[in-house]
Amino acid sequence: MAIVKIEKLSKNYQMGRLNVAALRDVNLTFEEGQYIAIMGPSGSGKSTLLNLLGCLDRPTGGCYYLGKDDVAQMEDDELSMIRGQRIGFIFQSYNLIAQLNVIENIEVPMYYQGISARKSAERAKELAELVGLGDRIDHRPSELSGGQQQRVAIARALANDPLILLADEPTGNLDTKSGGEILHLLDDLNNQGKTLIVVTHDAQVAKRAEMVIHLLDGTVERIERNSKGN
Amino acid sequence: MTWYRLRQTIKLGAKSLWMHRLRSTLTALGIIFGVCSVIAMLAIGEGASQEAQDQIARLGSRNVIIKTIKPPEEERADVQGARLQEYGLTYADAEQFKHTIPDIQVVVPQRRLMQEAWYLNRKVAIEVIGTIPWYTEIAPVDIRQGRFLESADLKYRQKVCIIDEEIFNKLFLFDDPLGADVKISGDFYRVIGIVSKVESASENGASEADSSGQIGGVAGNVYIPLTTAKQRFGEINLQIGTSGQNMEKVELQQITIQVKKTEHVLPTVEILNNLLSRSHKKKDYQIVVPLELLRQAAQTKKIFSIVLGSIAAISLLVGGIGIMNIMLATVSERTREIGIRRALGAKRRDIIFQFLSETVMLTMAGGLLGIVLGSLIPFLVTHFASMPTIVTGSSLILSFGISAAIGVTFGIYPAYRAAHMDPIESLRHE
Ligand SMILES: Nc1ncnc2c1ncn2[C@@H]1O[C@H](COP(=O)(O)OP(=O)(O)OP(=O)(O)O)[C@@H](O)[C@H]1O
Ligand SMILES: [Mg+2]
Repeated sequence: MAIVKIEKLSKNYQMGRLNVAALRDVNLTFEEGQYIAIMGPSGSGKSTLLNLLGCLDRPTGGCYYLGKDDVAQMEDDELSMIRGQRIGFIFQSYNLIAQLNVIENIEVPMYYQGISARKSAERAKELAELVGLGDRIDHRPSELSGGQQQRVAIARALANDPLILLADEPTGNLDTKSGGEILHLLDDLNNQGKTLIVVTHDAQVAKRAEMVIHLLDGTVERIERNSKGN
Repeated sequence: MTWYRLRQTIKLGAKSLWMHRLRSTLTALGIIFGVCSVIAMLAIGEGASQEAQDQIARLGSRNVIIKTIKPPEEERADVQGARLQEYGLTYADAEQFKHTIPDIQVVVPQRRLMQEAWYLNRKVAIEVIGTIPWYTEIAPVDIRQGRFLESADLKYRQKVCIIDEEIFNKLFLFDDPLGADVKISGDFYRVIGIVSKVESASENGASEADSSGQIGGVAGNVYIPLTTAKQRFGEINLQIGTSGQNMEKVELQQITIQVKKTEHVLPTVEILNNLLSRSHKKKDYQIVVPLELLRQAAQTKKIFSIVLGSIAAISLLVGGIGIMNIMLATVSERTREIGIRRALGAKRRDIIFQFLSETVMLTMAGGLLGIVLGSLIPFLVTHFASMPTIVTGSSLILSFGISAAIGVTFGIYPAYRAAHMDPIESLRHE
């Protein structure tokens, strides 16, 4: 079943008098449970595509079906709702909230979905254990290593059991070892059936994906398909 | 908005305010001082106007007081060569009032003199008030012991007197005053009653002090029958001044009229003006209308409140602008957090609520502190400057409400700014 379907998706940025086309007529379909990598040179539109997939932005043209709904031109409030319920973000620079501890950071997405205090605390604890931070639940982000922070971010992304996980260079700020651990964690999640979309420059990451989308100048240059499981 | 989310928002707000506690405190100072000054000013204003109103109310709101005043100097030679000046209210005036003015409850003529009262070897300065039994109707005198004047005392010109508590304390220490004889101006008067002291409002006493040549400093009042006063003290008052001997003849220092209802006061004043301008060629009387004074006091209070209110409003406005300034800084400092929250599902109104509640919490905390300080200041003012102050509950509620309203007013724009930032830009913000 297609979980993501985009048709003739385009995004233009108006820079003064200059109209920059960051994405041009992109057509893609992702199935549930797929591991997708997006690659391409700098400025090719990877982040732009990911932001559109994550409903952080609206496309200039085209359609975007996430699950059953076309979310391309939804209202701001509806987009917030979609982001909260169907999308999990993992950022290159972790983006944890500095004042909150591990548990509280994981709880943030549940808070905006109105999940009760007891339930969300329970789930946050489970997720912290899942990513291997069961013993760090009351630490602040500043008291954690980069790898640990990214684990918290992954746990947070899973909080509302989203349809897709979006990661923009999740290992970009990490050394090989902790980067490898993060990739392992993502593999595990994918093996459990999560749909993963990862923007990366790293061929090692791309090797794990069953589908690698190569972008160039805002268009899909080619799609590479690997057999699943390396 | 569930209770849980409200609680979480408050927790979060408190946390971030606490993280920047110096900044929060400095920001709240504007509100603290604003609220503090509102309460203190209102308390002082309220206290002052209450005191004025009490003083006026003591004169009686259904009363009209007509006083003798000394007219502009007018020379008239006397038979003996000394000058005799005759002026003021007369018994005839009192009679006329009684018979021509409708809606009158009682007319109380008073003869007032500055004297000294002696008991054994103790002496005290007093004001002798020669009057009639109905004096108790027009002045708030409470009988503590014995009785007040009765008709028979007047009829037989009894040499009896009623003293007030102050004089009782000064003259009698431990002795029982009832039945004792007090010496005033060479005559002995038997004490038949003790009454509460009537705090003389500033209107009282001044003109009498002029006419008798003595200035203030009386300890209290001694009441005697009007007829006795006329017989014993006469009506002629001798003054020795720079221009030689000066004699004055004044029958009554004051006539107090009480009407049946307050709405009769003003018509009565009109009639009085008519009557007196016809019978008195010189302007040797003055009409005091406590009701009018009360109204003026209320008016003054209103203006006072408006002025104080505006000053306080300006200081609160300044405080509010300070808060807005800081909240804008906070918002731009926390741009990234806002971006994260938006990416994780926060709607614009969630962000608005978050920042607005932070501002309101700050101003309400400032308001509460201001209330505490603001209630303390009037207390200190009363204690050290012995000025009356009244902290009213409504001023507390008002200023607390105002501080919350300032939070909302000056917090809405920063919160709006926060909510309308582009999530992607915010996430990129360093
Ligand atoms: N907010 C914006 N305003 C104007 N142009 C933009 C904006 N965001 C992106 N662009 C332009 O769109 C194009 C694609 O940018 P994008 O960030 O998607 O590249 P990228 O593939 O993620 O690059 P990188 O690998 O360096 O992160 C670029 O030419 C960029 O200049
Ligand atoms: Mg990018």
